Amino acid sequence: MRIDGKGIIDRTRQARFRFDGRDYQGFKGDTLASALLANGVRLVGRSFKYHRPRGILTAGSEEPNALVEVIGKTNRTPNVRATVQEVFDGLETRSQNRMGSLKHDLLAVNDLFAPFLSAGFYYKTFMWPRAFWEKLYEPAIRRAAGLGSLSGRHDEGAYEKAWAHADLLVIGAGPAGLMAALVAARAGADVVLADENPVLGGRLIAEGGTLGGEPAAVWVAGVEAELRSLPNVRILTRTTVTGAYDDGTYGALERVGLHKPARPDLPRECFWRIVAPRAILAAGALERPIAFPMNDRPGIMMAGAVRSYLNRFGVAAGKRVTIFASTDSARATARDLVAAGVQVAAIIDPRPDASVVEEVPVHLGAEVIDTRGRHGLRSITVRKGAESFEIETDCLAMSGGWNPTLHLTSHMNVRPRWSEDLAAFVPVEGAVPGLFAAGAANGTMSTHGALTAGKAAAEAALSALGRVAGTVAVPAAEDAPYGHRAIWSVEGRGRAWLDFANDVTTKDIRQAAKESYASVEHMKRYTTQGMAPDQGKNSNVGALAVLADATGRGIPETGTTTFRPPYTPVSIAAMGAGGRGAGFAPQRFLTSDQASRDRGAPMIETGLWYRPGYFPKRGEATWKEACDREVAMVRQAVGVTDVSTLGKIDIQGKDAGRFLDFVYTNTFSTLPVGRVRYGLMLREDGMVLDDGTSARLGETHYLMTTTTAAAGLVMRHLDFVQQAFCADWDLRFISVTESWAQFAVAGPKARALLDSLLEMPIGDLPFMACAAARVGGVEARLFRISFSGEEGFEIAVPTRYGEALFRDLLARAETMGGGPYGMEALNVLRIEKGFITHAEIHGRITAFDIGMEKMVSAKKDCIGKAAAQRPGLWGPEREQLVGLKATGPISAGAHLFRPGFAVERENDQGYVTSVCWSPTLGAWLGQAFLKDGRARHGETIRLVDHLRDIDMACEVCDPVFFDPEGGRMRA
Amino acid sequence: MPELIAKGPFDGVEPLVMAGLTLAPVEDGPIWSIALLPGGAKAAAKALKPLGLAFPGPGGISEKAGLRLVWTGRDQAFLFGDLPAGLEGAAVVTDQSGGWAGVTLTGPGAARALGRLVAVDVRLAAFPVGGVVRTGLNHMSAVILRTGEDAFEIRVFRSMARTCWHELAEVLRHLGARAPLSA
Repeated sequence: MRIDGKGIIDRTRQARFRFDGRDYQGFKGDTLASALLANGVRLVGRSFKYHRPRGILTAGSEEPNALVEVIGKTNRTPNVRATVQEVFDGLETRSQNRMGSLKHDLLAVNDLFAPFLSAGFYYKTFMWPRAFWEKLYEPAIRRAAGLGSLSGRHDEGAYEKAWAHADLLVIGAGPAGLMAALVAARAGADVVLADENPVLGGRLIAEGGTLGGEPAAVWVAGVEAELRSLPNVRILTRTTVTGAYDDGTYGALERVGLHKPARPDLPRECFWRIVAPRAILAAGALERPIAFPMNDRPGIMMAGAVRSYLNRFGVAAGKRVTIFASTDSARATARDLVAAGVQVAAIIDPRPDASVVEEVPVHLGAEVIDTRGRHGLRSITVRKGAESFEIETDCLAMSGGWNPTLHLTSHMNVRPRWSEDLAAFVPVEGAVPGLFAAGAANGTMSTHGALTAGKAAAEAALSALGRVAGTVAVPAAEDAPYGHRAIWSVEGRGRAWLDFANDVTTKDIRQAAKESYASVEHMKRYTTQGMAPDQGKNSNVGALAVLADATGRGIPETGTTTFRPPYTPVSIAAMGAGGRGAGFAPQRFLTSDQASRDRGAPMIETGLWYRPGYFPKRGEATWKEACDREVAMVRQAVGVTDVSTLGKIDIQGKDAGRFLDFVYTNTFSTLPVGRVRYGLMLREDGMVLDDGTSARLGETHYLMTTTTAAAGLVMRHLDFVQQAFCADWDLRFISVTESWAQFAVAGPKARALLDSLLEMPIGDLPFMACAAARVGGVEARLFRISFSGEEGFEIAVPTRYGEALFRDLLARAETMGGGPYGMEALNVLRIEKGFITHAEIHGRITAFDIGMEKMVSAKKDCIGKAAAQRPGLWGPEREQLVGLKATGPISAGAHLFRPGFAVERENDQGYVTSVCWSPTLGAWLGQAFLKDGRARHGETIRLVDHLRDIDMACEVCDPVFFDPEGGRMRA
Repeated sequence: MPELIAKGPFDGVEPLVMAGLTLAPVEDGPIWSIALLPGGAKAAAKALKPLGLAFPGPGGISEKAGLRLVWTGRDQAFLFGDLPAGLEGAAVVTDQSGGWAGVTLTGPGAARALGRLVAVDVRLAAFPVGGVVRTGLNHMSAVILRTGEDAFEIRVFRSMARTCWHELAEVLRHLGARAPLSA
């Protein structure tokens, strides 16, 4: 029911929305909860376990009951708190966790079994038969209990991530936060002010009242206008600070477009990382419910929420309201209601000594012991001394006191401190370095106290930041003492709910204690109290009090569970903004990329690079046909492939050769200028790190090549070695991978192809040599190296000429009966030739294992040499690189067994790393690691792959299958 | 044989104007890495002095008459422009031309836009005009220069040009879509 003249909603702007298929009308500024209440809708959801009818409990992000699904055109968002979601024209929502309609939920039958479903029920009941758990029990329980459901589709909505840096982060824009932001902003500090509401003011808006003689809203508007006018202030509304992390970093979730109809490119949410050396936690306090019997009916709400709906939204939560509270603040709710013309039937105050001076009947020393109304509250039963009586009411506003919103101060694992005065936990100073609580979040409950504390906190922050605070006057404000007495639960028949979200009652807590789950951590897990989306914001302290009572300890001795991030739920989509699909990692494209795609080549991701798999020709049905053709093309004519992805590191200085001697197992300082050498690099633990060729371009100038996969790794390794062991050497190096486009040209006609392009013919450039060259008016580098076993060259030009050279090379190659070849053919060519890749040097392999122990120079030391000589890293027990030959398909990943032995782990002789069909040799070839393999050439071994159903006899042989003398490469 | 055709990383890409910001490709000339050798600082300074340049310290840029020397790492700076003589023995020079893809991001609020992808503090006090940082642009390693209060030059590996453009363009599109919200 709307109250004329109340609230800060914009009554000139209507918003039509749907809830459970029915149309409703709200106003701009309404939340879904306020608009539903205004429309007289009290039943909004079903509880988690018992499917009890539930209504709106709170007016904030702590809401445990009113969780709904928001349905967009392309997505569906479950567990949206109706108290947070703002209404807009076209908003479509529905209730969740029900079977059938909300009013006639078939699963409400669970409520009848409630006596059997108490704490620990699942643990005790579904233990056996064991197999039933996964197939029967769990699916059934998940169907019956739970929250909303997802659409099952990708969330293709726009999301953002952002960083913000400030001198001071102010969390919460109530009286303390606004005052702190104002003081800090006027002193020139960079301030980020974040509040989870769309409007600033916090409880000043919810409570109304006056500040400095004017309505609180006027003061708020004045402060907001000033803050917005200052360039050093950034105001983030609809932004919840969700976590406190190391070094003054805070996570925050901004609801950017969730209050608007979806538009392309409009982010739904933005996940902020806010870095600030100082932060002020001015998040206020959360009111706590009272666990009285049958306290969960729609219409039973927090007193502060009832007040908020009245003052902020102009909504009366009921026609005939009763108050059940042990706080003076709830009296203000009653007075606001009366002043707005809403009938208040009675105030029930358990304090025997509280004031009776109100315009409505006050029952002191009284308690609510029962309630009625299936889908909404109809009446309550009050016990006062020996007598009890019933009161007709459709809304009960309750208040058991206030808990400071201190969650962020616990995020670094410091538990809060119990305050007897407040009967609440309060923050421990220094719990999060740089974060200071102020106002109600720190237990200062009056408005005047909050304003003063906010100012003081800002002044302290400014002084720590080395800034001088100006004089800022604190406006006169309400300064009443926090009149309250803790009341946790009320004895009586019927269930008294503590955790509405997870359906945990006082009986469950007592049961847990009785069954020895008496520590707070055990109780939490046994009952699931505090484990729902509200994370115990409404129930933790109440549950502790009941546990303390049940175990005969005090609350401080009972202790509390700690709060972890996030404060409110954060969608994974926001945290992973931009990272969906191809956004997961940067994409690196070759200069030849378009030319390859033009020829229909499917691109394969290798590292971050995209490389062509093969180049299909008309009539080729499978990749293998294309691959076989490309292999034959290289062996018989000429092939061209882009090898720019290989890492290239330019190394210069008088000590460059000495440095290479140190990082490679073999010697490079003796390499003549103009020559290239294959090198093997070890990690410090003696395992192979990488291999590749290095060329000596000049007396003090080398060019190292790494594999594509390990380019970054090798660069990091070299940086480490240089900085840690040879910082004073005459040596500098830098990656030039991106500066050169490099193409391999291989095959019997490779030389003829290059000679047709180069300004000077190749001439007598020997195998494993390099030279400067010129092509198309451009300085180039020519290397005579081969990864295919054919006479081969690699030609490098500055990257900007890469595409042009690639296209020219292809055109000429095709004229000569050759063409491009892709990764598949490249792999076959190297297996035929017995060359290794990171499929072989996978991190657990020594130089000995790959038969390269002779490459570890005896004349010098190198990184990894000593560690490689440890026992167990050499000898016949090692699995050694061998070749495998088979007549049928074999697979990488298969394991090797002696024929006649059982295929069991104990008999495992080794494993296969690479395989291919060799069109050159007409056989299946493989590379494998086999125990004592080098001594076993000629043996027959059994290859078994359970995943692909392969069981094949293979011949063990030397890994070099094709042209073992290397005559073709050296031709 | 005719000359090879040169292609930049952003050939054919038009500037994108949105949310009051402009994202535009940069055409770079030669880029040289100059890495001081141990004890080479003095000789390098001598070679740079006639050009009006000084070897920059961390986060610094030295600029004069179309030549720009940008700090890029420990004892390392990139020279944008033609290489002067006299650095032999003092520093190791490596050609980096064409290996980097550059864009400019300009307009009011450019720093906050950059804060979508860059974790470091880009407030003016922490990152003044005429400064440079090497940091991540989302997942990419980048060299970012501040050429004005609202003007940045961003360079990433050339192979990542497309991702760089895509991510910055997305920032602009999101900001553009946000703009009416504050109205």
